[in-house]
Amino acid sequence: MNVDIPLNYFLILSSVMFFVGIYGFLTRRNLITILMSVELILNSTCINFVAFNRYLYPDNLHGHFFALFIIAVAAAEAAVAIAIIINIYRHFTTINVEDVDEMKY
Amino acid sequence: MEMTNSQIMFLIFSAIIVIFSILTVTSRRILRAATYLLFVLISTAGLYFMLNFQFLAAVQITLYAGGIVVLIIFSILLTSHISQKFERIQISKIIFSAIAAIAGIILTVTTILNYEFKANKVVLQNIDMKVIGRSLLNYGDNGYVLPFEVISILLLAAMIGAIVIAKKKIKS
Repeated sequence: MNVDIPLNYFLILSSVMFFVGIYGFLTRRNLITILMSVELILNSTCINFVAFNRYLYPDNLHGHFFALFIIAVAAAEAAVAIAIIINIYRHFTTINVEDVDEMKY
Repeated sequence: MEMTNSQIMFLIFSAIIVIFSILTVTSRRILRAATYLLFVLISTAGLYFMLNFQFLAAVQITLYAGGIVVLIIFSILLTSHISQKFERIQISKIIFSAIAAIAGIILTVTTILNYEFKANKVVLQNIDMKVIGRSLLNYGDNGYVLPFEVISILLLAAMIGAIVIAKKKIKS
């Protein structure tokens, strides 16, 4: 199974997903869609770790555990981010990043 | 062109991932963007199943697809009209972001393709739950007990923080 798909294909796939996430992060104005782009970026790095573990270092499981902890940290970060978004919505009644400018100098 | 089954599966999964991730960041309705993100995350779990990491794929489906996307959909329903369309973004912003993203992709892909990765021929032992459980609580070499404990503290802190931030302030 490993010799069918070269390692490069996994890395190219994760790079494409990473930069699509960066495009979404720069372009979107809604806070929740920005959070979705950040989840795309984190997921792409998970694929990268797992592919490296499988192809280059198959005798240990470091990449697998790193991906596991990345998923846990992403879940914690999404929870706190959505709590902040809900608080912002209560105060401003909008979650457009361009309208949340009360702390601007 | 003769393709093995695993190559066909990889092609299907990667096509789903690329197409739906592009649709996630360019869709004008927010609930559709969340659904496309769900498809991306489930296809990633499919890739993990192909690489013989079954536990990680199950965790990916449970946490990411079943936890984070549900949380995102709840917050979408709480904070916006689900049928409203986003306004069109200025064309200059689209062009600059697309140029930055495409330049990044070209740079990364050329670097990846120019490097010779020496694939290791050692076959991985069967990863069952015993190996994962023993590694997570192992004090010695290759043990993960320290990140395990730190992550439990992190999750506790995130839970307390999210509750404190999002609860209603009682006006007394």
